[in-house]
Amino acid sequence: MPVSLKKNPVDLAFLVITATASLSVLVLILGIVFVLFSESALSIKEFGILRFIFSTDWNPVIESYGAATSLFGTAVTTLLSLVLAIPVAIGIAIFVTEIAPGFLKGPIGVAIELLAAIPSIIYGMWGLFTLAPIMADYIEPALQDTVGRIPFVGILFEGTPMGIDLLTASLILSIMITPFTASISRDAFNLTPAIVKESAYALGATKWEVMKNIVIPYSKLGVFGGAVLSLGRALGETMAVAFVLGNNHQITSSLLDAAATITVTLANEFTEADTDLYLSALFNLALILFVMSFAILAVAKFFLLRAERKFTR
Amino acid sequence: MKTILRLVVLVAMILLVGVAHAGDTLHGAGATFPYPVYSAWAYEYNKISGVKLNYQSIGSGGGQRQITNRTVDFGASDAPLKPEKLAELKLYQFPAIIGGVVLVVNISRVKGGQLKLDPDTLCKIFLGDIKYWDDPRLAKINPALKLPHKKITVVHRSDGSGTTAIFTKYLSGVCPEWNTKVGAGKAVKWPVGIGGKGNEGVANYVKRVKNSIGYVEFAYAKQNRLAHTLLKNAAGNFVEPSLKTFKDAAATGDFDPKKDFYLWLTNAPGKNSWPIAGATFILLAKEKTDSNRKVVRFYDWAFKNGDKTAERLAYIPLPESLKKKVREYWKSAGIY
Repeated sequence: MPVSLKKNPVDLAFLVITATASLSVLVLILGIVFVLFSESALSIKEFGILRFIFSTDWNPVIESYGAATSLFGTAVTTLLSLVLAIPVAIGIAIFVTEIAPGFLKGPIGVAIELLAAIPSIIYGMWGLFTLAPIMADYIEPALQDTVGRIPFVGILFEGTPMGIDLLTASLILSIMITPFTASISRDAFNLTPAIVKESAYALGATKWEVMKNIVIPYSKLGVFGGAVLSLGRALGETMAVAFVLGNNHQITSSLLDAAATITVTLANEFTEADTDLYLSALFNLALILFVMSFAILAVAKFFLLRAERKFTR
Repeated sequence: MKTILRLVVLVAMILLVGVAHAGDTLHGAGATFPYPVYSAWAYEYNKISGVKLNYQSIGSGGGQRQITNRTVDFGASDAPLKPEKLAELKLYQFPAIIGGVVLVVNISRVKGGQLKLDPDTLCKIFLGDIKYWDDPRLAKINPALKLPHKKITVVHRSDGSGTTAIFTKYLSGVCPEWNTKVGAGKAVKWPVGIGGKGNEGVANYVKRVKNSIGYVEFAYAKQNRLAHTLLKNAAGNFVEPSLKTFKDAAATGDFDPKKDFYLWLTNAPGKNSWPIAGATFILLAKEKTDSNRKVVRFYDWAFKNGDKTAERLAYIPLPESLKKKVREYWKSAGIY
C-alpha cells in the first residue's frame, strides 16, 4: 500500500526494483522500434513505404527489393493454418471442458501443453524429413486427383507435388498453433457460469444444445481472442516454416508451390546480406512484421479484455 | 572476514586467469562454408600452441561487416573483395582454402557420373528454358543415355550463401543470357525451382524429389551419395568432380598478390579443371599488426600441417605455389 511506503524502506526498495523491471520492458520495446526504424531508413528512402510493400521484385543482384512476395507468403500460410487449426482446437476445448470423463481431462490437457512446448526447430526437421515426403507421395497427389479436378478450385493444387510448399508449411503451422487456441478456448469455456449451464441441463437441453446455445455464445469473444493470439504466433513462426516453404520470392496461385514469408526471408538471408541496402530492406521487412504483430496483439487484447469485463460485471 | 578475503582473492585470480587467457584467443567471424575445416584446424592448433580460435560462422556478409568495424581479429568471406574496396576499408585479404561446387541429379536409372552437361544446357535448365530431361539439347551430348520425358525440378539454395555466389558467378561467366537475366550473387532471383535451406536442404530435396537437379558443395554430394554429373570445362573436356580435378582448377587459377588475390576460380583453364570452384578468403585489419601476426601464424601452421584434415573434409588445400605467394604477401605486409 502506498501509505506505508514512507515508513518502510524495504517496501520502497521493493517498489523501485519492481518498477525498474517493468519499465525496462517499455524501454526495450522503444529501443527495438527505434532500431528497426533507423536501420530500415535507407530502404524506406530508396523505395518509399508503399512501393516497398507492393513491389513483387526481390532481387539482391540488382538491389531491387519489395515486400509483396513475403507478405503474400505470410498471409497465405497464416490464414490457411488458422482455417486448419481453429476447428480442431475448438473441438479439443469442447471435449476437455464438457465431454471428457474426469480421468481423461488431465492427460489430454498435459498432451496439449507438451505440444506447445516442442521447440519449433523440431517441428521444422520433422516437417522436412517426415511430413514433406508423406505430403509429396500421398496427400498431395490424392488432393490433385480429387479436389484438384474441380474447376477453379483446381488452380490451388496445380504443379508437381514436392511437399515443399505453402500447404505443408501451413499444416505444420496449424499443428503448432492448435495448442494455443485450444488452451485459450478451454479457459474461455470454463468462464461460462456453471449455474447457467446447470439450468440449461435442468431444462432438458442436450450437450450439443448447451454448447451451441450457452457455452459458445458466452465465450465467443475469448475464443476469438485466442484465435487472434495464435494468428500472432503463426505470423512470427520462423524455423519450422523455413524448412518446408522453399523461400521462393513469388506470388503463386497454387498451394503446391514454394513461397517465402517475412520471417523465412529474414532467417535465410540475414547472414549473407552484405550490402547496406540489402540489410536495410530486411530490417524494413522486420519493421512491417513488427507493426503487423503489434496491431494483431492489440486487437486480441481488446477482445479478451471485453470478454473478461463481461463476466466480471 | 577471513572467508571474505579468501573469496576476493579467488575472484581476483579467476579474473586474472580470464584476462591472461583472452590474450591467447583469436576472434574470427564470417563465412559458414569453411567453418568445419577452420574449427578442425583450430582444434589441432590449440593442442600444440595453446592458442584458441573463436570462430563465429555468421556468414560472409557478417564477417565483412565485423572486420570493417574492427570487432574481430579476422573476417572470413567466400566472395573476394575487390582491391579498391580493400584499400578503402584498409584490409588485407588472402585465400585460405578452396571448395568445389558440383551438380547432383535424381533421375531414375541415371547413376553418378553418367549424365553429361555443358555450360549451355546447364544454364538453360536453370533458366527454365530446358523443361524436360529428354530435351534434344541434352540428348545431343548424352547419346548413350535414355533420358525420360519428365519435367525437370530445379533445386537451389533458399538462403544467401557463398555456394550460390560461386555457382551463379560461373553461370554468369559462361552464359550471357544468365548474366543479363539473373546475374551473380549470394542470393539471386531464381527464374525456376524450389529452394532448400543450406547444403543439407538442397541435398535432401534432390534426394527426394524425382527428376530434380541441384548444386551442392562437394562434401554434401559425397555424404549423401547423390548422383553427380559431368561438366564440360573451358578446355572442352567433360570432367568428373573429384579432389583431383578441383586441384587442377586451383593450380591453374592465376591468383595475383598485387590484386590481393582477387579471383573467382570459375571456369578455370586447364585440361582437367573442374569449372565450378572457389577460394574462401581471410580479411585482416591493416593496422592491427599484433593480432594479424597471430592469425597469420595460425594459417601458416594450417598451410603446413592442415592439408590432410582439409582433404578429409572434402576441401581442397591451396596449391604449394599459391601458399608461397600468400607467405610473400604476408612478408611484404610485415606480419609474417
